[in-house]
Amino acid sequence: MSNIPAELRYATTHEWVRPEGNGVFTVGITEHAQELLGDMVFVDLPDVGDEVSTGDDVAVAESVKAASDVYAPISGEIVAVNEDLEDSPELVNSDPYGDGWLYKIKAEDEAEVENLMDAEGYEASIDED
Amino acid sequence: MLQTTPLHAKHLESNAKMVDFHGWEMPLNYGSQIEEHHAVRQDAGMFDVSHMTIVDVKGADAKAYLRYLLTHDVDKLQVAGKALYSGMLNEAGGVVDDLIVYYFNEQDYRVVVNSATKEKDLNHLNKYAEGFDVSITERPELAMIAVQGPNAKEKVGSILSDAQKAAVEGMKMFFGVQAEDLFIATTGYTGEAGYEIIVSEDQAAALWDKLLAAGVKPCGLGARDTLRLEAGMNLYGQDMDETISPLAANMGWTVTWEPEDRDFVGRAALTELKATSNEKLVGLVMTEKGVLRAGLKVKAEGGEGVITSGTFSPTLGHSIAMARVPKTVGDTVEVEMRKKWVTVNVVKPSFVRNGKSVL
Repeated sequence: MSNIPAELRYATTHEWVRPEGNGVFTVGITEHAQELLGDMVFVDLPDVGDEVSTGDDVAVAESVKAASDVYAPISGEIVAVNEDLEDSPELVNSDPYGDGWLYKIKAEDEAEVENLMDAEGYEASIDED
Repeated sequence: MLQTTPLHAKHLESNAKMVDFHGWEMPLNYGSQIEEHHAVRQDAGMFDVSHMTIVDVKGADAKAYLRYLLTHDVDKLQVAGKALYSGMLNEAGGVVDDLIVYYFNEQDYRVVVNSATKEKDLNHLNKYAEGFDVSITERPELAMIAVQGPNAKEKVGSILSDAQKAAVEGMKMFFGVQAEDLFIATTGYTGEAGYEIIVSEDQAAALWDKLLAAGVKPCGLGARDTLRLEAGMNLYGQDMDETISPLAANMGWTVTWEPEDRDFVGRAALTELKATSNEKLVGLVMTEKGVLRAGLKVKAEGGEGVITSGTFSPTLGHSIAMARVPKTVGDTVEVEMRKKWVTVNVVKPSFVRNGKSVL
């Protein structure tokens, strides 16, 4: 069973969201998602300053097996990206909820996060797969 | 119901991620396929290849039969233990399978074919045996472990008996020898030195454990695919199949045309294709981000082509692929990647040998 931290929120497309305060949220992909994809070889990140809307494909996680789009779970502005992934994409595999984060987004409307699933909801959604 | 090899429990012990591989439950990786890949390039790794089909071909006509069945002339095999890579074709000149044949004497050969094609291959072997005095015996009770990498021979050596060590001492590439309870061959599918070891199913787990204790890292199908692709070795069903001739699959070197009076299954069709076929298999190299994948369309000088196998090369740090393209292909082709056309370099289909880039 994969690790699904209780304090995070989740999108059906396997992104996790963590509040960092001041309306900023860190986004990554879940342990379950990285397990499905296998060893990561490239991560294409958005540019800082990009305005994104919920559901936009904003990043690509490319593993030995497949290229997979990563979507914006909420609308807002990209305020940081994880530059360590350029040289060490495997961080997404080894530490998906920590050093393997993808980008930070300044929410347009913080309430949007409340529409995302909690850990229990996400666990139920991947059990259906 | 998936079939399992005698090493199934060993894979689970090593926390393998198991997948359905053409009806066999096999290890995809034991955590990280890239780490497993590097283990084979830099040290020693082992693969359970017990799902492969081992067939013994014996009898007064064994040599004549195999000369008729295979594109590569087994008459080249004159030293006991010597092995040959070959294709076997249908009448239309398409590849039914690729295989390795070991020669013991003119009445005794061993053939190893793929697992995914087992039934089709056995039917093919039996169909063309008609009129020849041969026996064709599948050996499902045998398991096989491939141990590959620069330190593979040394690590295997540490667990062999003195008699076995003597039997493999100085053995050249592409030979096999029965040494007590093990058949040990200097063959493989990675582009590294090493052995493929055939062992009875009841001793397979013990051999696996000994190799594990000798520091050989278990490797799954994921690493096996990236290693063989870096080495420029074909995968049946991807780089060639029954609709593809060996000439369009970089297997022209495995077709022995002389002597002209040696007939082999598919020879007539292949002779015609030799004059008319305008496709070949090349290597592709892309140094920018992204991964070339099987099935992607290729635009080349003289027409279109297709990527037959593509991956990220862990050794080179960028993507490589094999593609079937028009013979008139130039130094570059265009590949459609995520809705845009990218220019990539064309090379001979061989990328890494003995741990080093050959680009």
